[in-house]
Amino acid sequence: MKLITAIIKPFKLDDVKSALEAYGIHGMTVSEASGYGRQRGHTEVYRGAEYTVDLVPKVRLEVLVDDDDADSVLEVIVKSAQTGRIGDGKAWMVPVDAVVRVRTGERGIDAL
Amino acid sequence: MELNAGDTAWVLASTALVLLMTPGLAFFYGGMTKAKSTLNMMMMSFAAIAIVSVLWVIYGFSLAFGNSGSGYYGAFSVSGLSSAVGELTNNGGMYGIPLLAFAGFQLMFAVITPALISGAIADRAKFVTWCIFIALWVTIVYFPVAHWVFDFGDKDAAGNVTGAGWLAAHGVLDFAGGTAVHINAGAAGLALAIVLGRRAGFKKSPSRPHNVPLVLIGAGLLWFGWFGFNAGSALGATDTAALALLNTQVAAAAALGGWLIVERIRDGHATSIGAASGAVAGLVAITPACAFIAPWAAVVLGLLAGIVCSLAVGLKFKFNFDDSLDVVGVHLVGGIVGTLFIGLFATTVVNSAGANGLFYGGGAELLGKQALGAFAVGAYSFIVTLILGFGLEKTLGFRITRDAELEGIDITEHAETAYEFEGLSGAGFGGGALTAKTKVSAAVKDEEVSV
Repeated sequence: MKLITAIIKPFKLDDVKSALEAYGIHGMTVSEASGYGRQRGHTEVYRGAEYTVDLVPKVRLEVLVDDDDADSVLEVIVKSAQTGRIGDGKAWMVPVDAVVRVRTGERGIDAL
Repeated sequence: MELNAGDTAWVLASTALVLLMTPGLAFFYGGMTKAKSTLNMMMMSFAAIAIVSVLWVIYGFSLAFGNSGSGYYGAFSVSGLSSAVGELTNNGGMYGIPLLAFAGFQLMFAVITPALISGAIADRAKFVTWCIFIALWVTIVYFPVAHWVFDFGDKDAAGNVTGAGWLAAHGVLDFAGGTAVHINAGAAGLALAIVLGRRAGFKKSPSRPHNVPLVLIGAGLLWFGWFGFNAGSALGATDTAALALLNTQVAAAAALGGWLIVERIRDGHATSIGAASGAVAGLVAITPACAFIAPWAAVVLGLLAGIVCSLAVGLKFKFNFDDSLDVVGVHLVGGIVGTLFIGLFATTVVNSAGANGLFYGGGAELLGKQALGAFAVGAYSFIVTLILGFGLEKTLGFRITRDAELEGIDITEHAETAYEFEGLSGAGFGGGALTAKTKVSAAVKDEEVSV
């Protein structure tokens, strides 16, 4: 099993969610995040004083998937989150040793 | 003279309008602070309403408008205001409005002036010391200065005037408080910013306004209330009131535009904080001048105030004083611009009770008087506030600790937070439970109900 984590632009969340649903992924965890990469932040001006805002709002999306699906799910996320402009974010996956469904105690693939 | 119902109705309505400016100011300032200090910022304004209103009845109105025969301070003759009941207003001449209506209207000016100062010391003033400061400051600064500027003395049947304030008697024109309110508050703000010192991170990691829509709501309420402030100062439903109202509107509008033009050229963007600030700067500048200049001149004044004030708010970074929300840049500078502008553009064509400025054949005489008024009020306010501020700092302590400032003054001074950050479902961490103390009293109540 793999854990796929994607940091994406907040306004792309709906696109990514529907693309994953269309692929057949039925669960995910989404949290608000902030950070910056190569694009850095932006500047704002209040009463003539300039402020640099480094940490840009992002959405962090996490999905647990079976090994067989992992590459294609990653592909689905990247494709649906892409705008081609700076600040699109990053996605990665890592191996997961164990998954348990809290309600039933099922383990492994059955718990996904 | 008999009581005039129309005039009285207008002054009573204006009183309510001017009261609304202080909560409006709380929003205007509160939106510009950090989320962790917005409640304290707003509380500084609300405290002014409470403290000054009480003092006003006890001795404030008397000290400002009582007839002592002196040009510098009033008498205690109308302390408690019971002797004012049933009287008509006599302020350089009789008005057909109750003296109590005049006292109520002037109270709102006394309330908002110390509230204006609070913007200079955002995030870092001890609340109790602030409350004591308000009481002392209005007593030794605002009440006397209001006497200097707004008290035109008692006129008897023979036409003799006694007890007028020295600036009013000297012929300084300030219709609604460019000197007594705005220059006064601005100079005091500068003094307190010096007394309390710079906030942690001044210039290095300054705070962004946490709620810009709140700033705009505040600016809107100030604008609305300002019609009472300026047009109400005519003390009647007269053509002077109409002139003041129209001038107020166009000056604010032109200043809003002026501020945005500077921003667009200098910074590349016209901002909403700039629009709110520009409107307030225009309202400040038109305050002393609103009944003495023609409407077209009010447009010029507004534009000038918007441009000058938008440049003046940068001074604090040059001179290293942390006037957090620009009380100096907007109120002191805007007040000076408006007060001096009268010396140039005032004309008796629009108001026979006024005077002619430099451009209307009056020569430099009026301009000189206006400069004297601006300087006298500004210098007195700055010096006395500086002494009072340092006195309070040395005795009670005026500034909170650095740790408290970093944690947030709302928590440390008021044990509250403005916003609940637990997420929309309310199921976040730290959702809170009643403390043991509250639980006990709740249990007692339950028992009483079951019995």
